[in-house]
Amino acid sequence: MARPSAIWVAGKGHMQALQLAGAWTADHAHDLEDALAEAFGKRPQLEINAPLKLDCAGILNLDTVGAWLIHRTRIELADQHGTVAVTGLRRDQNHLLSEVAQAEIPPPAAPHRQGAYPMLIDIGEAVVDAGKDVSSGVAFLGAVMAALFRVLIGRTRLRPAAVVTQLERVALRGVPIIVLISFLVGAIISQQTIFQLEKFGQAQFVADLIGVLVLRELAVLLTAIMIAGRSGSSFTAELGSMKMREEVDALQTMGLDPIEVLVLPRIIALLIGLPLLTFISSMASIGGGALVAQFYGGVSFEIFFSRIQNIIGMNTFLVGMYKAPFMALVIGLIACIEGFAVRGSAESLGAHTTASVVKSIFIVIVVDGLFAMFFAAIKY
Amino acid sequence: MRETIVTPEPDARDESGALVIEVENLTVGFGERNVMEGLALDVRRGEILGVVGASGTGKSVLLRTIIGLVGKRQGSVRVFGHDMDKVNPKRRRLIERRWGVLFQHGALFSSLTVKQNIQFPMREYLDLSPRLLDEMAMLKLQLVGLKPEAAERFPSELSGGMIKRVALARALALDPEIVFLDEPTSGLDPIGAGDFDELIATLRSTLGLTVFMVTHDLDSLAGICDRIAALGDGRVLAEGTLERLKSESHPWLQAYFNGPRARASHVHQRKT
Ligand SMILES: Nc1ncnc2c1ncn2[C@@H]1O[C@H](COP(=O)(O)OP(=O)(O)OP(=O)(O)O)[C@@H](O)[C@H]1O
Ligand SMILES: [Mg+2]
Repeated sequence: MARPSAIWVAGKGHMQALQLAGAWTADHAHDLEDALAEAFGKRPQLEINAPLKLDCAGILNLDTVGAWLIHRTRIELADQHGTVAVTGLRRDQNHLLSEVAQAEIPPPAAPHRQGAYPMLIDIGEAVVDAGKDVSSGVAFLGAVMAALFRVLIGRTRLRPAAVVTQLERVALRGVPIIVLISFLVGAIISQQTIFQLEKFGQAQFVADLIGVLVLRELAVLLTAIMIAGRSGSSFTAELGSMKMREEVDALQTMGLDPIEVLVLPRIIALLIGLPLLTFISSMASIGGGALVAQFYGGVSFEIFFSRIQNIIGMNTFLVGMYKAPFMALVIGLIACIEGFAVRGSAESLGAHTTASVVKSIFIVIVVDGLFAMFFAAIKY
Repeated sequence: MRETIVTPEPDARDESGALVIEVENLTVGFGERNVMEGLALDVRRGEILGVVGASGTGKSVLLRTIIGLVGKRQGSVRVFGHDMDKVNPKRRRLIERRWGVLFQHGALFSSLTVKQNIQFPMREYLDLSPRLLDEMAMLKLQLVGLKPEAAERFPSELSGGMIKRVALARALALDPEIVFLDEPTSGLDPIGAGDFDELIATLRSTLGLTVFMVTHDLDSLAGICDRIAALGDGRVLAEGTLERLKSESHPWLQAYFNGPRARASHVHQRKT
């Protein structure tokens, strides 16, 4: 199709005309803009207020982009030359031009000015946000506890079906991956430990190390991190998309408390599920360790397990189990808070899901550190 | 690299009255159930076709099948004379560029502002300077009757009617030849709906649009539709002008066009 063009021609008398021709459509927008810019550059010496004409007889087809450019040219020329007549358009094209001419396009907004110290502003905002996170976390914890209390004194009922469904998703379906990962980690640690201990000819001590490490720290950490990634992210995404589609508002208008209906079952499921998974993870890690010790380090199952039985006290096992519910609470709270913080857009859903996982894992590790200090202080 | 822009070929372009969409013997179903069986429907260039039918009769499914979002079990769909099953991906893209779709629920991109939503197809397909891009977005916004202030808002900050308008502006972004509208006026106040109808009629006459409009709005049917197709029982029950459909004996059509709501609307006041 014909390339669009804009050429100045001398009209009758002292009349000047800009002759527009070709295809004035969106597909040729680039050529159109170039042609117009060139025509503006080559503007002949015109008397101010000399009548001007835009001769459009050569225009083959016209769409809104072309019509807008004609309109824009007319306005720009009219600034200096008073009225500018547009001639030669077909009737439907004229109709389009007058439709386009009705629009008032505001001048482009001035670009947003950056603050003088953008980095300082960012740091300040981050600190304030972190403070808000803490206070909203405490408020949310309070709301959850209040709901739990209402359930305990029988003012509202627990939703057993919801709890069981969540428990299935959090705990039961999480078993295979947690067993697999724990088993592998146990095996790897066992292998590395045996490697070092063999230098002293004391490979059997691998049982002590695996036992203490896994039961006190590793099982609960591994499980909490896996659950933060698996269940925390899905809680955030679920609650977030419910929030986006006004499902949470719908619950509220039916007189139901979203915390009772949505949050409590999930947190209870985590509180029950995470200790169970921690236990399973401990067993799987020790199993992995024992297997490698038997076949790689020549430490037989009897020696391995009798050492575990004699050396590892109940308290070591309990340390890990005590920590699990706290991890569950942290993960559940963060996931739900982030879920409810989702605003309208898909992007915000993604951002909050990421934040949920990252914050959960970070806090899980911080909490684990605090517990390590605490148990060391009370010599447990 | 930007793909070189290919101008739409002039097939059947300027013959008004030529068939732009031909649906033949179409069967579409989900699972065990067929939503439509052996449906046939034609759309002519430059007309506004209204598609009516009870809820769940497959109006949205028909629209989605024509634009290729839902697979069909049998039959053929031809758009601009091309059999949509036989076109290669490149040709398909060219055809898709020539239609615009307004989905029943707007389907705006939630993480883009109104302006960015409208500019999105322009950025993909056209080579516009930033200034022209901005101006065109504002122009389309005003064409559909929205204030420039709405440009920087996100879809979640819009009212239902505004979402419809922005979705129409996005559907019109590339100056399409066909627009598919799925219930454009549902959720609008009657005056807004009337304006919307007028807007569609204006755009049809200025841009030469062909409009495929699913609607429940009797006023739209009476006011701007050239032809109406009524779906039911998995096929087109009847098609033709409003007058013709009013005289059909099918019970649903009788109830629809001669019921109390129809009597209250323009259907019975205006001659089409
Ligand atoms: N993805 C899908 N899977 C299964 N069934 C579907 C799917 N989409 C639509 N249907 C079914 O197809 C039928 C037609 O649906 P459709 O959305 O086309 O109705 P409609 O005529 O547009 O109704 P409305 O006027 O309420 O929008 C309905 O029975 C619906 O349940
Ligand atoms: Mg529908």
